[in-house]
Amino acid sequence: MSIELRKVSLRVGAETHIYATDLSLEPGQFNILLGTTLSGKTSLMRLMAGLEKPTSGELWADGKNVTGIPVQRRSVAMVYQAFINYPSFSVYDNIASPLKVAGLPRNEIDEKVRRFADLLQLTPMLERLPNELSGGQQQRTALARALVKGADLVLLDEPLANLDYKLREELRDELPKMFADTGATVVYATSEPLEALMLGGYTATLDEGRVVQFGQTSTIYRQPESLTSARVFSDPPVNIASIEKRGGTAFLSESVSWSVPARLAEMPDGAYKIGLRPHHLLPKGEGVEVDGEVHIAEISGSESIIRVTVEGNNWVSEAHGIHTYEFGQSARFFFDSNRCLYFDANEMLIETRV
Amino acid sequence: MSRIEFKDVRHAYPPPPGQAPVYALKEVSQVWEHGGAYALLGPSGCGKTTLLNIISGLLTPSEGSILFDHREVTDLPTAGRHIAQVFQFPVVYDTMTVFDNLAFPLRNRGIPEARVRERVAEIADMLDLSDRLRQRASGLTADGKQKISLGRGLVREDVNAILFDEPLTVIDPHLKWQLRSKLKELHQQIGVTMIYVTHDQVEALTFADQVVVMHDGGIVQVGTPVELFNRPKHTFVGYFIGSPGMNVLPCRLENGQPVFANNPLSSDYPADTDLSGKLEIGIRPEFVRFGDHGIPVEIDKVEDLGRYQVVTVRHESEQIKMLVGENQAIPSESPKIQFDPANLHIYRDDWAVGARDA
Amino acid sequence: MRKTTNQKAWWLVVPVLLLVAFNAFIPLMTVVNYSVQETFGNNVFFWEGVTWFEKVLRSERFHDSMLRQLLFTGMIIAIEVPLGIAVALSMPRKGPWVSVCLVLMALPLLIPWNVVGAMWNIFALPDIGLLGYSLNSMGFDYNFTQQPVSAWMTTVVMDVWHWTSLVVLLCYAGLCSIPDAYYQAAHIDGASRWAVFRYIQLPKMKRVLTIAILLRFMDSFMIYTEPFVLTGGGPGNTTTFLSIDLVKIALGQFDLGPAAAMSLIYFLVVLLICWVFYTVMMRNEEQ
Repeated sequence: MSIELRKVSLRVGAETHIYATDLSLEPGQFNILLGTTLSGKTSLMRLMAGLEKPTSGELWADGKNVTGIPVQRRSVAMVYQAFINYPSFSVYDNIASPLKVAGLPRNEIDEKVRRFADLLQLTPMLERLPNELSGGQQQRTALARALVKGADLVLLDEPLANLDYKLREELRDELPKMFADTGATVVYATSEPLEALMLGGYTATLDEGRVVQFGQTSTIYRQPESLTSARVFSDPPVNIASIEKRGGTAFLSESVSWSVPARLAEMPDGAYKIGLRPHHLLPKGEGVEVDGEVHIAEISGSESIIRVTVEGNNWVSEAHGIHTYEFGQSARFFFDSNRCLYFDANEMLIETRV
Repeated sequence: MSRIEFKDVRHAYPPPPGQAPVYALKEVSQVWEHGGAYALLGPSGCGKTTLLNIISGLLTPSEGSILFDHREVTDLPTAGRHIAQVFQFPVVYDTMTVFDNLAFPLRNRGIPEARVRERVAEIADMLDLSDRLRQRASGLTADGKQKISLGRGLVREDVNAILFDEPLTVIDPHLKWQLRSKLKELHQQIGVTMIYVTHDQVEALTFADQVVVMHDGGIVQVGTPVELFNRPKHTFVGYFIGSPGMNVLPCRLENGQPVFANNPLSSDYPADTDLSGKLEIGIRPEFVRFGDHGIPVEIDKVEDLGRYQVVTVRHESEQIKMLVGENQAIPSESPKIQFDPANLHIYRDDWAVGARDA
Repeated sequence: MRKTTNQKAWWLVVPVLLLVAFNAFIPLMTVVNYSVQETFGNNVFFWEGVTWFEKVLRSERFHDSMLRQLLFTGMIIAIEVPLGIAVALSMPRKGPWVSVCLVLMALPLLIPWNVVGAMWNIFALPDIGLLGYSLNSMGFDYNFTQQPVSAWMTTVVMDVWHWTSLVVLLCYAGLCSIPDAYYQAAHIDGASRWAVFRYIQLPKMKRVLTIAILLRFMDSFMIYTEPFVLTGGGPGNTTTFLSIDLVKIALGQFDLGPAAAMSLIYFLVVLLICWVFYTVMMRNEEQ
């Protein structure tokens, strides 16, 4: 199902939850809504599903205007963060419920239920009740119920957030495969940038009720249109600083400078902003040297996450290997200036690639 | 400050009548040195919360004894153990102000008001709550409330240890690291024993000096984050720590040498080590490289994760994950992989063998 | 959350609307009708306007029953609420005794109200009732049919016996919703039993307590059956509460006009106090 949002907005009382948005999703795509907790992901999903009526704008599905058509009459399935299953039904009955509602014959229901239970590794648990299952198994039941419906639009609202770390990794691996064969349009909400990268597909970055950017995941990551998009799509947070450009040189401070790409050099002199991803700021290496005061260094097995104050900016360095520091220790860091993302006064990206 | 010791502790919840007890905690003997930062890491149901509640006294173990500074405390109630605990979701006294919340434990112990004021001011400053002392506690955000919970533990000067039960669960994901660094900072400033329970390896590894990895009611390995990463003693540790986790692949013996996919593997273990039983090799994705010679594979999937790429390759029916640098090229013509011998581990029946089996 | 509107749902409400109209609205309008007119029967009506209202509001009899009612309701709430909280606090929250306690608490609520009145009537009879006889043989001079104080005491005790369970069950539900972690944290903080009650249990019970007090207020303000069966409003008119008085006027004296006026005033008083409660509760919610 292709979904199109035309100037869709949502206002509840005095608050605007979603500002006028245009979004176009192609059938069979895996789409990710990435944003922090209150950025509007859930509201947007509810609008797409038909659970909420937009305050203004139209919703089109497969070339037909479906604005205002309630969710019962649309081909939609939804999976939530809390494992939502019918508590008094067995796993079998849970998965079978949408099919029973649709009035399918018994043997067809049986065949479908068993197929999807097998796909989600639930076959040994078909007779159990949801409260006898672990969190991961409950969520798989919810997923099976969403899949078996064969809906054209499947919405997943942070479905893995309540699961153990490792379980999350495993399910995340399996999800795109599960949906790939169904041909459904999938919309997956998450607040973790890493999850978006792992799932691939297309991503829409959301911030405070607005869709900031939409496109292929790796493109959005590597070429964020704006500083907001870069900020949303980064964990640990992207390193931001103001620079002054004079001619072909950028000055972070009087003692730290580097030459800028040709495209930027041609632009008027003045104040700009740079964005630098944490893994491009390293304790060892080559490039621009900056001195900073280390606030804290977190070591995790093989990686170090170092929080350092550089020229008054709170920056993060993500480096391979173990780097230990004392509180408040002064240290030198390096970054390759070619890795900098440059943003103009309106915080929009200046395309500097050749 | 106190040294906490567990001696042969086991715990089973009372079973339904007629059934054998199921042990949530099997045979734990462990010492927590005072001033240490510990993490109890493991999946749901591994017994870590049970262990934590036994330390704090909220649960009495069915067997074994607990000693604080060599003094038996197994039957001592919570109040007598001088323990502070921060729970999964913030516990604050809604009707009181932030100040009164922090003062509560001190006032209950009869500390003079002047000292209470001093102490609360000190702790509020450490936690960046000073400008909100007069606010009602119910009005704060989740991370503010967790700070209050933490503050109530820190404010007492006689506290032996502070226990954390997955404290970052309700915190906004993009604020988690703030509270995490704050905890680490506090530990370095105050030096009180901190024991942190979590299922998130990043939280555990970044916070703790010593990580206790638990699985199925038992302690599998205790070590520094680096040790656990480089020398996992059990396949579970290798799998659980690291994202993605360690590759565990079956291997067989040929002429006394482990062999995977017709490739004999070098590994420094003594030649007379017993290698019978289920044999597997463990190699972390970081230590698998493309090369001109090696094991022929097919590339299943490439994920671009910004900092690095995760490449999933397949040899016959075995899937292997590898980490490749950001801009490194991935060979398209008959790719071959090599395992770094220095970081190759051999496991017999899930436990590590060889020189590393110390 | 705003769902897409579905007009068909209104059809489901129509039967209820009809029932309410027939059973409540029309009779209410009839009462209003009577309250502004005078009749001697035979369906002959004379318009009186607000005469009855003035008469009722000025009558001493009305003031007396109102005072009696307020005193009664005040005593009831002052006893039942703290007692209910205390009982709820001592009920176990886990284990095999939970269901036993819940059933015991529910029993008084299941007995038909006139049976309650009759039970206590016989129970308190000074010569053959267990309570009456025991009190008298212990040296107290107890006779609820003749002494106003004894009558009041017995009515109050009967109501407490009958309705405290409601407060208990509501508070118990409120208490059960408090997660264990709060008690554990209080334990760790070294809080005393009183502090745990004051800072954890009471605040968390605030909502259910408001409902409990509202319900008890409304019910006790309108009480009729139990005291009527127990004392008949006596001795004299010492236990004649508002509704008993109203029925006496309406059906005893057949003074429909004043009775109708009085019942409307009664209705408005109850409505006003409920509204006040509701506003206070809503404001607390917003906070």
